[in-house]
Amino acid sequence: MPSQTYAIWILLAPLLAAVLIGAVGLRGLRDKSHWLAIGGVAAALVLALMLFGQIRAVPEEARADIFTRSHKIYEWFRPGFGGLASLKWFDFEFRIDPLTGVMLVTVLSVSLMVVIYSSGYMRDHHGHPERGYERFFAFLALFIFSMCLLVLAGNFVLLYVGWELVGLCSYLLIGFYYPKPSAAAAAKKAFIVTRIGDFGFAMGIFLIFWRCGDVSFAYVFSQAGLAKLVGWETPVALLLFCGAVGKSAQLPLHTWLPDAMEGPSPVSALIHAATMVTAGVYMVARCGAIFTESPTAMATVASVGAITAFFAATIAITQFDMKRALAYSTISQLGYMFLGLGVHAADAAVFHLFTHAFFKSLLFLAAGSVMHAMGGCIDIRRFGGLAKGMKVTAFVFWVGGLALAGFPFLSGFWSKDEILHAALGVSLPLAIVGYVTALLTAFYTFRLIFIAFHGPLKLPQGVEHAHESVPAMTIPMLLLSIGAAGAGYIGLQHGGKLNELLRTVLVGRLEEHAPGMAHVMSPEAAMAMSGVLSAIGILSAWYIYRRKPMIAMAAAFAMRGPYELIKNKYYIDELYDAVIVRPLHDLGKFCYGFDRYFINALLWIITAIPRAAGFMLRSLQQGAIQGYAMGMVIGLLVIVVAVLSAT
Amino acid sequence: MTTAPQLMFIGAILFALGVAGFLTRRNLIIMFLCTEIMFQGILLNLVGMGLMRGNLQGQAVGLFVLVVAAVEAGLGLAIVVMLYRRRGTLDAEKWSLMRG
Repeated sequence: MPSQTYAIWILLAPLLAAVLIGAVGLRGLRDKSHWLAIGGVAAALVLALMLFGQIRAVPEEARADIFTRSHKIYEWFRPGFGGLASLKWFDFEFRIDPLTGVMLVTVLSVSLMVVIYSSGYMRDHHGHPERGYERFFAFLALFIFSMCLLVLAGNFVLLYVGWELVGLCSYLLIGFYYPKPSAAAAAKKAFIVTRIGDFGFAMGIFLIFWRCGDVSFAYVFSQAGLAKLVGWETPVALLLFCGAVGKSAQLPLHTWLPDAMEGPSPVSALIHAATMVTAGVYMVARCGAIFTESPTAMATVASVGAITAFFAATIAITQFDMKRALAYSTISQLGYMFLGLGVHAADAAVFHLFTHAFFKSLLFLAAGSVMHAMGGCIDIRRFGGLAKGMKVTAFVFWVGGLALAGFPFLSGFWSKDEILHAALGVSLPLAIVGYVTALLTAFYTFRLIFIAFHGPLKLPQGVEHAHESVPAMTIPMLLLSIGAAGAGYIGLQHGGKLNELLRTVLVGRLEEHAPGMAHVMSPEAAMAMSGVLSAIGILSAWYIYRRKPMIAMAAAFAMRGPYELIKNKYYIDELYDAVIVRPLHDLGKFCYGFDRYFINALLWIITAIPRAAGFMLRSLQQGAIQGYAMGMVIGLLVIVVAVLSAT
Repeated sequence: MTTAPQLMFIGAILFALGVAGFLTRRNLIIMFLCTEIMFQGILLNLVGMGLMRGNLQGQAVGLFVLVVAAVEAGLGLAIVVMLYRRRGTLDAEKWSLMRG
């Protein structure tokens, strides 16, 4: 089977599921809706694995040719006006290479677990589905379809379509509990904030089209295409990066991601691991050919990534909402990925994306399981010691937490270490920020674990006992924990298959682009260092939160100023509110007033003319016979007088 | 021997009476009768004009008009009966639906 056939069916399977659930969900399927979604995603996953096998089987010497080819499905549309008919057709085309393959497998395997989990999560304790059950699965399937379209796209326009569809689906799912005002606001925020980035992304695409006259990856990333972009790489790369910053929640457009926690937990898992925030990382990796041409852009990507990683990690330490802390952790980990992209280690960044998808979705699903058991409460101050009642959840949270903390020999360790090692080779300050963040990561992750799962049992009001979730939820979590523990082994730098494969399509490894930059530290030493940092983080969390809980309070009290600053997320939301949201709101109010009191008044005056005429003439149509008769008589008299006076 | 001007003068009086009655009365039957009176006034005028011309054409047309008036009277009365059945009243005011 040719690879584009796989690609078409990978797209159609979840799309069909979404459409079918949408069409008959309310009438026939109802609480069986999840079967269609599971079937669609599972079919797509099987196809994606087969496609990945096919990609791997491509012989070494044919790779350069096959992986840069675009698989045209049909001619899509032709831009321009009548006079510009000579412009090229935009095709509906796919790009099928190892990057696409890795992304598809990641997205679909995590999504499948999330969809299965949702079939248990979106029910109450008696197994009755929640309101909007079928709608949820239709949106979920559509979300997965959009992400697959995004990673399969073979040109910028199709990529943009997938990009926006993902944004739309995130809006629909974050606002799933739309009667709740906070959920509706969070959905709107996610959509609008990412749109700000998308504006830059669109500008970047226009710029590419203007310079190259084509948007197909096959052309833009070829020698001929890149030659036309000479001198424009930096603006193009920075504009494209704007889109990535919005979608992947980097500073300064990160504010939407923590608020997105208003959606159901499986949606958080999906957004954070597979179908949304990774899009930015994917896009920058895909456009590596442009980014690596511009040192400014690379430095920007790396610095934004490193700063975001550190900044979000500090916030994560102070959050009491488990899901919010995990959300900041996602922002921080995405920062790592951008750091990797910026230091010419795109393969390591995509590798981290791959491992992160497993352990972060696992952590979110486990947090959802806790929330489900605690009757919707997610504040870690109100429960504790859950490990006794919820063994499976506690176990998978440990596995996910260790992987996130970069504990040696779990997946996160390998990928994070590779990024940090690459960063060491480029810039020492960036690498130091990265290492400090690694320490913080281990600390905040285990802060959550020790507070929520260990110590004396404490339950929120109204919950009698912590009970384990249903198998539909625990089994996907256990499967994901295998991935979270072991996903790192297929991408090891030495002898790993994944990175070798990725490197055939991703541009720019340290050796090629910065040959003079010697490694500061041997790979083994760097590895040992990140392992030690992770252990220190975990142990200090254990010491502070299990042995001497007073230390945390004392520290928070002693450093009230910085603590309050960080706890309130550096007041960035408040800053945006004061600088952007309020003035815009006021402008909106002004425009409303102008419309209401000026434009409307003007219209009232104009419409007054026919109204006055009508008012004067309407007495002629009073409907009484005598009135009409009177008219006739008067008319008759007029005629008589006229005739008489004429003679 | 009546002369043409006399006939036409009586016709004009009849017509004016009909008009006055039609405009002032609200009873459908009376209004209907008033239209008949106007008819007769016109009829006398036709006859008078025939006399002025010195032939019988005016009286011939007058006979035609009488027949038409009879037919029209039957039709008009039927309508009045129907209206009465609908509203149970002969008041013409009750049929003015528009509020000009």
